[in-house]
Amino acid sequence: MQIHMQEVAALATASGVSSMAWLLIALPLAGATILLVGGRRTNAWGHYFAVLMALATFVVAVILLTDMLGKAPEQRGVVISLWDWIAVGSFHVPVALQLDQLSLSFVLLITSVGSLIHIYSLGYMEHDENRRKFFAYLNFFFAAMLTLVLANNYLLLYVGWEGVGLASYLLIGFWQHKPSAATAAKKAFIANRVGDVGLSLAIMMMFTLVGTVTFAGVSAAAPKVSDHWLTLIGLALLLAACGKSAQFPLQSWLLDAMEGPTPVSALIHAATMVTAGVYLIARSHAIFDLAPNAQHAVIFIGGITLLMGAIIGTAKDDIKKALAGSTMSQIGYMILGTGLGPVGYVFALFHLITHGFFKAGMFLGAGSVMHGMHDSVDMRRYGALRKSMIITYITFGLGYLAILGIPPFAGFWSKDEIIKAAFDKSIFVGLITLIGAGVTAFYMTRMMAMTFFGKARWEDDVHPHESPLTMTVPMMILAVGSAFGGMALLFLGNIETWLEPVVGFQEATNAPSAAILMPSTILIVLIGAYIGFRKYALQEVPVPAPVNVSWATVAARKDLYGDAINEAVLMRPGQWLTRTLVFFDSRFVDGVVNGSAGLIGVIASVMRRLQNGFARSYALTMLIGAGLLVAVALLVRMS
Amino acid sequence: MPWLTLLIVLPLVGAVVAWIAGDRLARQVGLIAALATFGVALAMGIAYQASSTSFLQFTETHQWIPAFGASYSVGVDGIALVLILMSTILVPITLLAGWHEMEGGQATIKGYIVLTLVLESMMVGVFAATDVFLFYVFFEAILIPMYFLIGRYGGPKRQYASIKFLVYSLLGGLLMLASLIGLWVQAKQQLGHGTFDWATLSTLKFDGSTEKWLFAGFFVAFAVKAPLVPVHTWLPDAAAEATPGSATLMVGVLDKIGTFGMLRYLLVLFPAASLWATPAIIVLSLISIIYGALLAIGQSDIKRLIAYTSISHFGFITLGIFAFTSQGQSGATLYMVNHGFSTAALFLVAGFLISRRGSRFIEDFGGVNKVAPLMAGTFLLAGLSSLALPGMSSFVSEFLVLQGTFTRYPSEAVIATTGIILAALYILLMYQRTMTGMPSDEVTSTVTELNKRELVAIAPVIAVIIALGFVPQTLLNIINPTVNKTMQVVAVADPKPAVEGTNS
Repeated sequence: MQIHMQEVAALATASGVSSMAWLLIALPLAGATILLVGGRRTNAWGHYFAVLMALATFVVAVILLTDMLGKAPEQRGVVISLWDWIAVGSFHVPVALQLDQLSLSFVLLITSVGSLIHIYSLGYMEHDENRRKFFAYLNFFFAAMLTLVLANNYLLLYVGWEGVGLASYLLIGFWQHKPSAATAAKKAFIANRVGDVGLSLAIMMMFTLVGTVTFAGVSAAAPKVSDHWLTLIGLALLLAACGKSAQFPLQSWLLDAMEGPTPVSALIHAATMVTAGVYLIARSHAIFDLAPNAQHAVIFIGGITLLMGAIIGTAKDDIKKALAGSTMSQIGYMILGTGLGPVGYVFALFHLITHGFFKAGMFLGAGSVMHGMHDSVDMRRYGALRKSMIITYITFGLGYLAILGIPPFAGFWSKDEIIKAAFDKSIFVGLITLIGAGVTAFYMTRMMAMTFFGKARWEDDVHPHESPLTMTVPMMILAVGSAFGGMALLFLGNIETWLEPVVGFQEATNAPSAAILMPSTILIVLIGAYIGFRKYALQEVPVPAPVNVSWATVAARKDLYGDAINEAVLMRPGQWLTRTLVFFDSRFVDGVVNGSAGLIGVIASVMRRLQNGFARSYALTMLIGAGLLVAVALLVRMS
Repeated sequence: MPWLTLLIVLPLVGAVVAWIAGDRLARQVGLIAALATFGVALAMGIAYQASSTSFLQFTETHQWIPAFGASYSVGVDGIALVLILMSTILVPITLLAGWHEMEGGQATIKGYIVLTLVLESMMVGVFAATDVFLFYVFFEAILIPMYFLIGRYGGPKRQYASIKFLVYSLLGGLLMLASLIGLWVQAKQQLGHGTFDWATLSTLKFDGSTEKWLFAGFFVAFAVKAPLVPVHTWLPDAAAEATPGSATLMVGVLDKIGTFGMLRYLLVLFPAASLWATPAIIVLSLISIIYGALLAIGQSDIKRLIAYTSISHFGFITLGIFAFTSQGQSGATLYMVNHGFSTAALFLVAGFLISRRGSRFIEDFGGVNKVAPLMAGTFLLAGLSSLALPGMSSFVSEFLVLQGTFTRYPSEAVIATTGIILAALYILLMYQRTMTGMPSDEVTSTVTELNKRELVAIAPVIAVIIALGFVPQTLLNIINPTVNKTMQVVAVADPKPAVEGTNS
């Protein structure tokens, strides 16, 4: 314990209100445990209990926020030490929480959006036979996600990191009688595990180099580490972020993850868990700030993914998959933002929070549409829903305006700042973010138009209706966030000065002036939106998807061949390898080892003896006899 | 108090009573004896002084064969203690879980109980022996009850499997016997009298090639036991044919004798040769990790699959031992304990499944989650433990092994780390194929939910797996001092951080 205290000397030990931060994890963990161990006995009230635990966690978060606001900015970061987790040699890892502006921002996002989604699920999952399990898993996700963002060291973060991976696995595969859901769940876990190799290696490098794995200790020692190792650690962390945040080349699981119930897609696969990679990089800023090559890799990955996601989003007819492509793309923006260094961190995190609100809102809107459309996700069978689902239309519409970046809605403030910071880096990076914004406007307008405008293309006996209040009220609250969240955080919350003590902040000075950049951005967005509107709202949308389309559309429909590449490069060779090895092991290794030791003969003759009941005496004779032989041979040699 | 002798005798007494009690009551007697043994082991664990300066505790010595210098000497260090604790917990659990698995064959119920209790007595003996000859006797004798447990109570190919198990182990043991005799001769030359006392033998000095030959004899015996590739092929056969309970004890406990022997005997008696052989053993370990995992992915038989995962896990254990860092060796020791529990969970739940469906083949299952969600849930938890999910005990040990390897052998650690992807694959593929999807008619009609007895048997295993994930220090505090002493004997120290942190 003493060693650990020294390591985190930079941060004060928590006292007073902040020392209750452990409740943030304990409350939802208790909820999950009670529901899972209690079993069927909790069926009647379990879902309400889970909602209660989520809300209680949110209340604790708000109390912690008011407490933190009462402190001077440099005294806001505290450590809550719970117990010594692992101590072997000089490897000391505590179970300790770090509560600062960065972790609390995430806590507030997770508990607020998460509580709303808990409430929404009361309606959405009302008739599911495994409703109790669903809520138990949601609470478990809370506990794991809060562990991820509250840990004060990388190894404890890892517990949350794979914990949310497990929650994601369980919830993607929630309807695991569907083979597609079971496959998607497994795929998500495996892709994440590939990323986790990166996290494991980063932690191993940290301990080997600087003898500690706490954030404070590693950050403090980073300036003494050689560039070579800093770059390697940065790349390993980036690999981890790629897995969790569905970035190229580990992106393909996120589209399949839409097999999970829609509230899960909103909470885990849009608003919170998938943004953990952004958190990881921001939390490790001390390493990245000193490793420009790793930063370039981060920008590269973020840039590629933001374009890939957007392109995939243009071609999907499944509303959830289109939104998933959009999530990939928006997280690409955030990742790219973190690669820009102190110019970008706060805005990447700012965009993460606004995105959390508007994307969760739109996913819940998609769920509401599905609820009214017999669970159909095919936008080609939607249309004209603005009349029959007015609340869903308005709340989704506000999310739409926010993601496009139309002033003054939430996304405008955050995305615009990332674009500015990108131009500060280079014109090329800036143009990528700008093009992305235009494509985003196109695919979102397409989605909006296909769903809410045009003619009704409904299947027979579908009678769309607005969803119950348990579902629409959370959507309305998130819509308010989509509309005003950006302004509130920027002007009331002073997001830059709030986060600056943790991740650092620097004005973008090389970028073109806002007077040029902002109108150009808006112009490009409007062009993208206009093309989408003309094609999908003013023209009729054919119900069967057009077959004669360009190669680009075909590629986008196939997720830019992500799965095809995985199958060709990894899966099929892997299957061939395991089959070959199984053959090799049974025919060759077994045979050679058996044969070279004369075992086959021995086994055969022992088997014969066995029938006469002499196995024991035979074994004993052989044991003693052979033992003596070898012993004599050895003694002769040694004397 | 002669704790260890009590622990060795108690199961034997139970065996005698169970024999007398006959088929009707043998299981109850066996369970009580096993629980009592665990109680004694737990009390001993509480009495153990982790911070004591002496290497061994609870030592007893009685003359046995003075002419050889062999004695009945027992005692435990931290490593032996946690392994004895793990073994004595697993015996009552496997008995309870496999309550009916010895029925219906030509062999008797009481025979199964007697053999299991005799096995338990020898498991304690092999970890407690501090006389190398006594260790050897237990090492070989323990094959006999296991041989009969496989050969009499196992599956259709039980005869082939049990003989293969016996012959591999015996041949390994023979080489060890040769080294043992060599060791005795060396002692006689250097000390003037032959002895098998472990502590005395550890003071011997050998010339280079003699030490390497002696080392080799022990190493091969332990490598067969552990088992390392390429001497592993007996394990899948034996584990697949044995009853789930026996398979648990064989893979979970008996195989640990190999890795325990490496730490206790190879490193301490032959430190120079151990360092000499390290590069080769690390390569073998890496091969075992990757090869075992790939083979596991390719299996179609659930029990063979679990056996191959263990080959991969044993690769991690030997890697940690021969990394020669405190994290590696403490991690490897903790890994031995954790692997015992996660393998038990996997084999036992697999046993519940297999006995219901009447097939070991993955393709005969599917959709179990729909008809027996609790069974599917425990199987998933067992699998997550096997793939070392953070939060479970196996994560702590696996990460310690990798970390301990990385500080000395970074490239090797990178190769080993890719094993975590393969582990996710072999577990989740098996889960997907057996538990998800829609159940077939055969599954619906045969696979019933876990019953009370099965739940009582499996719940403590799961509880230990999760609890040790969060408070592994309870065991690490016992293990660390012993590992430190072992490292002192070998005269190696942890690498220092390349850059000292500003504050640490």
